[in-house]
Amino acid sequence: MSCFLTEEQQMLKDLCAQIAREKILPVREELDESGEFPWEIVRVFAESDICGVYIPEEYGGFGGGAMEMCVATEELSRVCGGISLSFAATALGTYPILLFGSEEQKKKYLPPIAAGEKLAAFALTEANAGSDAGAIETTAVLDGDEYILNGTKQWITNGGEAETYTVVARTKKGVGIRGISCLIVEKDTPGFTFGKKENKMGIRASATRELIFQDCRVPKANLLGREGMGFMVAMKTFDHSRPGVAAQAVGIAQGALDEAVKYARHREQFGQPVASFQGLQFMLADMATQVEAARAIVHQAARIVDSGEKNLAKISAMAKLFASDVAMSVTTDAVQVLGGYGYMKEYPVEKMMRDAKITQIYEGTNQIQRAVIASQLIKESAAKEKRGE
Amino acid sequence: MRIVVLIKQVPDTTEVRIDRETNTLIREGVPSIVNPFDMYALEEGLRMREAAGEGTVTVMSMGPPQVEVALREALSLGVDDAVLLSDRAFAGSDTWSTSYTLAAGIRRLGEVDVILCGKQAIDGDTAQVGPGVARLLGIPQVAYVKALTLEGATCTAERMMEDGHDVLRVPLPALFTVVKDINEPRLPSLKGKMKAKKAQITVWGAADLDVDPVELGLDGSPTRVMKIFAPELKAGGVVFEGETSETVPRLVEELLPVLRGETQ
Amino acid sequence: MTCSASRAAGPRSTDSGEYRVSSIEVVQDRCVGCGLCVSACLYDAIEMVDGLAVINDNCTLCGACVDACKFDAIVLRQAQHDAVSLDEYRGVWVVAEQRNGELNDVSFELLGKGRELADELETELSAVLLGSSIAGMADELIHRGADRVHVVDDPALLNFLDEPYANVVAELITRHKPEIVLTGATVLGRSLIPRVAVQVKTGLTADCTGLAIEDGGRQLLQTRPAFGGNIMATIICPNHRPQMSTVRHKVMSALDADTSRTGEVVDETIDPGLLTSRVEFVEFVKDLTQTVNIADADVIVSGGRGLGGPENFHLIEELAGAIGGAVGASRAAVDAGWIQYSHQVGQTGKTVQPKLYIACGISGAVQHLAGMQSAKVIVAINKDPDAPIFKVATFGIVGDVFEVLPALTRALKGSAAE
Repeated sequence: MSCFLTEEQQMLKDLCAQIAREKILPVREELDESGEFPWEIVRVFAESDICGVYIPEEYGGFGGGAMEMCVATEELSRVCGGISLSFAATALGTYPILLFGSEEQKKKYLPPIAAGEKLAAFALTEANAGSDAGAIETTAVLDGDEYILNGTKQWITNGGEAETYTVVARTKKGVGIRGISCLIVEKDTPGFTFGKKENKMGIRASATRELIFQDCRVPKANLLGREGMGFMVAMKTFDHSRPGVAAQAVGIAQGALDEAVKYARHREQFGQPVASFQGLQFMLADMATQVEAARAIVHQAARIVDSGEKNLAKISAMAKLFASDVAMSVTTDAVQVLGGYGYMKEYPVEKMMRDAKITQIYEGTNQIQRAVIASQLIKESAAKEKRGE
Repeated sequence: MRIVVLIKQVPDTTEVRIDRETNTLIREGVPSIVNPFDMYALEEGLRMREAAGEGTVTVMSMGPPQVEVALREALSLGVDDAVLLSDRAFAGSDTWSTSYTLAAGIRRLGEVDVILCGKQAIDGDTAQVGPGVARLLGIPQVAYVKALTLEGATCTAERMMEDGHDVLRVPLPALFTVVKDINEPRLPSLKGKMKAKKAQITVWGAADLDVDPVELGLDGSPTRVMKIFAPELKAGGVVFEGETSETVPRLVEELLPVLRGETQ
Repeated sequence: MTCSASRAAGPRSTDSGEYRVSSIEVVQDRCVGCGLCVSACLYDAIEMVDGLAVINDNCTLCGACVDACKFDAIVLRQAQHDAVSLDEYRGVWVVAEQRNGELNDVSFELLGKGRELADELETELSAVLLGSSIAGMADELIHRGADRVHVVDDPALLNFLDEPYANVVAELITRHKPEIVLTGATVLGRSLIPRVAVQVKTGLTADCTGLAIEDGGRQLLQTRPAFGGNIMATIICPNHRPQMSTVRHKVMSALDADTSRTGEVVDETIDPGLLTSRVEFVEFVKDLTQTVNIADADVIVSGGRGLGGPENFHLIEELAGAIGGAVGASRAAVDAGWIQYSHQVGQTGKTVQPKLYIACGISGAVQHLAGMQSAKVIVAINKDPDAPIFKVATFGIVGDVFEVLPALTRALKGSAAE
């Protein structure tokens, strides 16, 4: 199905498909079982120039945008939504620098990420601050030329493996979200340690860890933008990264759909392939339509992001919401289509179902996404009325 | 230093079938791929260039215009330039005429130090073109190479034998055919693919080469295929299902005569 | 490879008149636009334009379309060439292979087949033996069917080096003009003989599984698998001599050694200039890890992904041990690091032709089949009844390998197996 990709995007897609097929497919089951971080695959990404697809050329990247990021993420996620995270979550951790970094900060941090030498991670969530991001308690107190960080971040993807962390912390108390800032913190900074690695339901080939800051001193020069901009940095980052999560969800859903159709063609019961039964045909048709629609909204969101449009919140949230719900529904149906075999670990769909669930939760739960969309709708309606439309 | 890698574009043999009723080849969307063994030759060429710190890797192939796709694939891996030998006159070549034409192509390149080929092509499976080219160019050859080390003007090659390997010292220029053990082929990079898309591929026809038309193509081929047919279907095909305590004895009953050498 | 498909009945539309160069043409008056030729073309060289077939530059003159066409609307014109004086060439030769004082079994198998061919052609069977201090081996070749052995015994030929070996064999061929030359498709054979074929400018067919003399003539019909074994092709070398073929181990049958046979041993003298080698033999390093080369084995038990892990390969080893077989593996098992590459059977591993191949926990991907589908008897054990391996298996069990293998091993151990 043509998605009207440019020649370069098609090339990127083909390359990611090749990597997924030749390098990721053979190891996905094993890594899901062991939960080991896929450094071998990261090396392949690096050698193939994938890591920098969304980073400008002047910093060693490929110069692509959200569309390229989505094409790459979807293709890799078709084979493993966990392994693809080492790439996609790095993008999440890099966007704050891309969008708000000074020239010096970009020059320092972007090239190694583009080259695949270093990974990145975004650190916002805490034990008491999930959906309520404004309730974060990690503090960053200015002391001369340094900020002293104290606090604990929870469930950070790529935590412990990444070198570059964009951390959201409170620089001023008593002023709500206007007191939050975002800083770049490097691994191995004294006072910065990691907690246990989480044992997850899905996306097990990715690393999820606590980040522990104890009097961790970070140079003032590592502040992104200005003090108080932290919340906006986070929201704008999500605007850019949500299509990526949505693409991951589309990829997982497509992978599951492909397995389901293939299985249904081969599996025979009552003397014929189960794919000849209308009940299953209707299921597969619905699954496929959902995936196609999800892809369409993801590409729409990506193209809008790339167009330079400032108001991205609604479309990004819609893409993430829709695609992740589709992924959960399609993977569940895929397990159903495979029946008993779908429940067994030898077949890949149960993993895909486990992997899909997180897409409805992280980078803003789907409930938050709905709140964002509703809030935008209300704002837009009020503005229209004011203009006399 | 100039390294030349000879590659062949082949139909993905796993997809080729024969129609038993009409005895004709069925080609239904059979994709064309670079012969898998040639990927190892390309990788080895790139590694030799990297180890030497200098030199160029040229990929060359003989075939119809669509072979350009295979050459661009090679370019996307980092190969420096590509030459396609293509002419209606080359059509129908067997391994003699192919060796003859490729040798002429290499001669036109000028001074070449190392020529690399894959062990065999998966469509013909003959493994003949490499040694054929070496003989026509009058250079030494080692086939079935599983390790190759460049040392100035010589190469040390390990030739895989059935029960071990021979170590040979080979003066350059020389030709080597390589086996899968030799390396792990790299994947293309995005930058490589972009470069490959824009790259100029040199195309030489019969008129561009120093060749005698009588040696080319179908006419230059000493061998002819008289007929093709489907391989015999295996007789039997009995599958036992049920409890192990039932299936195993039945299988054993069938296997004992085979093991004793009593069956034909 | 040029390929022409033949049909059960009907002449080919091949015009073998006096042409300098071969060509192909669609006879528009006969073309009905059915498109059968388009489906038959492996090279995407035919398109339908305004209801007529048009052949483009991708054409390799393979002729598959000629036979696919039911209306004789495609004509292939083949140029004729002066044949070498074929009648000057007589005799069937086998290039024997020896290493470290031992003759390779494939040489005996080729002598077995060569004897049959020579008898049918009413000509002599000779062997060619190269090496250093090898005189004693000539008799063995005679016992196995040769009428004559051409020996070239020289220190320069102690180890196999492509140039001197090729020079010697080419020289002997030029000197004696055999009509057929058979060689083993070993590493040595496949390195050496292509160079010789080019040196004497003749045709060579590799990995033949069938050799026969045409009815009423002297032409050798060489049959071999192609496209990974999915099709068989019969090849001829009509205008050049000798007709050269390589044959793999265990395809032909050797004759039992008949010590009463006598024959002639000819010590050939070779110009020292032909015995030089630019390549230097440094040493041979034996592979100590490989105890049995699976390509030689008569019985192979192979394990695949279905075994679950390296710790379960002992089940394969036990069954193999019980029936005197070698251990093989699918690519999945090798890539997962459960067993070494030397055990891998398949398109990028070894091709084997045992009498019995037992595939355990192997799904039967085409790439694996390409390496073992010529086995005489194939047994498949797999818990998935839809696994493709069952399509090529002579016998199969749908079951759990962890149950079936121990049971099978117990039952076969102690039986007259071997």
